Amino acid sequence: MARAVSTQHKTIATAAAWIVALLIFFPILYTIITSFKSEQEAIQGFNLFPSGTTESYIAVEAQNGYFKFFLNSVFLSVGSTILALLVAIPAAWSMAFSPGKWTKDILMWMLSTKMMPAVAVLFPIYLIFRDTGLLDSRIGLMIMLMLINLPIVVWMLYTYFREIPGEILEAARMDGASLWKEIVYVLAPMAVPGIASTMLLNIILAWNEAFWTIRLTTTEAAPLTAFISSFSSPQGLFWAKLSAASTLAIAPILIMGWFSQKQLVRGLTFGAVK
Amino acid sequence: MATQQTRSLARFMMAPSVVLLFVWMIVPLAFTLWFSFQQYNIRDGFVGFSNYALFYSNPAFLQSILNTLAIVGSVLFITVVGGILLALLLDQPIWGQGIVRILVISPFFVMPPVAALVWKNMIMHPQYGVFADIARFFGGQPIDWFGQYPLTAIIIIVAWQWLPFATLILLTSLQSLDSEQKEAAEMDGAGFVSRFIYLTLPHMSRAITVVILIQTIFLLSVYAEILVTTNGGPGYASTNLPFLVYQKALLEFKIGQASAGGILAVILANIVAFFAMRAVGKNLDK
Repeated sequence: MARAVSTQHKTIATAAAWIVALLIFFPILYTIITSFKSEQEAIQGFNLFPSGTTESYIAVEAQNGYFKFFLNSVFLSVGSTILALLVAIPAAWSMAFSPGKWTKDILMWMLSTKMMPAVAVLFPIYLIFRDTGLLDSRIGLMIMLMLINLPIVVWMLYTYFREIPGEILEAARMDGASLWKEIVYVLAPMAVPGIASTMLLNIILAWNEAFWTIRLTTTEAAPLTAFISSFSSPQGLFWAKLSAASTLAIAPILIMGWFSQKQLVRGLTFGAVK
Repeated sequence: MATQQTRSLARFMMAPSVVLLFVWMIVPLAFTLWFSFQQYNIRDGFVGFSNYALFYSNPAFLQSILNTLAIVGSVLFITVVGGILLALLLDQPIWGQGIVRILVISPFFVMPPVAALVWKNMIMHPQYGVFADIARFFGGQPIDWFGQYPLTAIIIIVAWQWLPFATLILLTSLQSLDSEQKEAAEMDGAGFVSRFIYLTLPHMSRAITVVILIQTIFLLSVYAEILVTTNGGPGYASTNLPFLVYQKALLEFKIGQASAGGILAVILANIVAFFAMRAVGKNLDK
């Protein structure tokens, strides 16, 4: 079993790992620090100790109406995820429990739709959205995000469902459980963790999606990705404000992300690495 | 065991996903293909391959292909090599491993526009950025990253976003390596380097393949990072294929040409997808 590790080895490894980790994390850390500076401080050279003012956070809401974009992000990411789950759960379920001759091909084909580059369909989608009045509407964008992530959702659910032993179903059936009872008492408890993981990862992906959310919105339905992008046009040096907006935009998803490391590996490698 | 009834139930349950994805894939793509053979603005009509000819003879086209390949190639190289090294480091016994992992994985969760703007303004800005501060501290001249090396700057930003992904996947794979095997190799007197080459690397090869393929799919369509930093410029110096198609379609309204470019993007993605599917498909058979 575990062999004794020399303290020296551990010290060196720890120091190296921490230095690298802090370097990688530095841009995020510095953004958080800058968000607590005044605009004056923010451009006065390198400084890790802010004065602690929250004026930028207040300004982001007062001048830019941050909260509306935040609500849109929540609505779009959660909404599209729930929609995707509603469509994907039955599909993944049937593929995992009564696989047919074509199951594997269907799964592969679904995955292939994920690989279609967005720009290739940018203009048709734009036209369809414009002509149906879906441009800059939350519903339209929600459907869009649902479609984009549907393959990943089906796949993730499928890899989770497949691990539920089929014998348990048969045992329940032998004991005379109806299909409904079978689902509620036997399958649901075993499926919930997989569904929750899928949901978590998918919310993260939808929250950070930065092509359609920017191109298909203007003001009404614009989420945080579009809001932050609007800071790219030169409008003076509002770095403390940009930092505050950025911190607010990434904080919720960063925290969710920390809890979803395992699901991330599984979901984004389509079960190939666990 | 599956009766006729359960089988038709299964088909019924699968139908919504399949139909939705099918429509989503076929309809817009058919439009794009149609537009790519049409004169869209002035008079509607079939124009054969002239959109393709126009798009491909545009000097920006060759540049955008080279830029696309440069972004994909460089970022893959940085993230795979860096990811292997980082995974090896994080696999060591260290104090505070949980926190270190969290710090390393974090950039992946930062939305692309935030990542790009933070790097552009706070790190790489020639006047007020941290790099400029460091350069001045050592008495050097700050570099105007986005003016002089726009593509390199974008590659750095994108690599920063994807290094955590590669590290996390490779670390997961590394940790599934049988420790008894490792110890056996050690007892046989295999040094660190030979252990790495003959044991660790072959074990990770599958994860490395997956990292390369999945990243390639996303890296082929880098968009927001370019939009908020250089806007493709100066000139076409940092324009990749998706960005060129976007410019043609929504800024210049040259729909035919944009569609021709889009079709090329599909072909490029399909070449990658072909290999990706084989790698993932192998896993399904297990």
